[in-house]
Amino acid sequence: MNALIALGCPELPVQTSLALYLAHKLQNEGIDVTIAGTNAAVSLIRVADPDRHYSKRLSDLDRTIEGLAEKRIDYDLSFVFIHSDSGISYLATLKSLSKGNVIAVIFGKDIETLVAMAEEQGARMFAARAVHNPMPLKIKLDEVERWAALTS
Amino acid sequence: MGCIDELEYEIMLSNCSFRECAEFIKNNFKEIYYVNPGHKIFDTYLIGVPPIPIAVDGDKIIMPYVKPCHGSFVLRLPGGNEIEALRKK
Repeated sequence: MNALIALGCPELPVQTSLALYLAHKLQNEGIDVTIAGTNAAVSLIRVADPDRHYSKRLSDLDRTIEGLAEKRIDYDLSFVFIHSDSGISYLATLKSLSKGNVIAVIFGKDIETLVAMAEEQGARMFAARAVHNPMPLKIKLDEVERWAALTS
Repeated sequence: MGCIDELEYEIMLSNCSFRECAEFIKNNFKEIYYVNPGHKIFDTYLIGVPPIPIAVDGDKIIMPYVKPCHGSFVLRLPGGNEIEALRKK
């Protein structure tokens, strides 16, 4: 079983921390995790996890979209990190291209509009107001007992 | 997605939501084609909320373009072979 964590622009501090935490949770269930993002987002992960405990597979976001569009790769679970309108566009794109379950992870200061837009797309989501402190969203992620169950 | 960056594009709209980009294209052009996310155009796989409108205006293509850190844009580009590809779709 495999999962994708698709990162947005790394301008909000909680993103890198939550991505590594989610990767850790998924890996503990034996799920093969790929983290994809912009060059800056991936560099933040590389520096935060130098021994690659939680980021065994890193990928460029554009190349990941290309692989999905060309049907060379797919993921059982995809988590799209969203704190802006661009993130919603990536959520819609992943939902359109992947046969797996695509889940929105929404954070930031003003999340209501983003939550409504993700709901319009029928996406399952984890959402919490979080900019500097990852704990509100970590608590939501901790409520999941078995990540593999989200594939159904 | 370096290929778009290498083309001579004009930015018609910037600093807006994807929805605003789509509405701008639908409200300002007549010849419009709708594609799904992941549609390949100018060697780029389009990002966005479906259906994604792409307009043809003379020898130009007008399309939305999303960048993770810079939001959504409407670009006007020389259409080249992509115009016929859209019309045949």
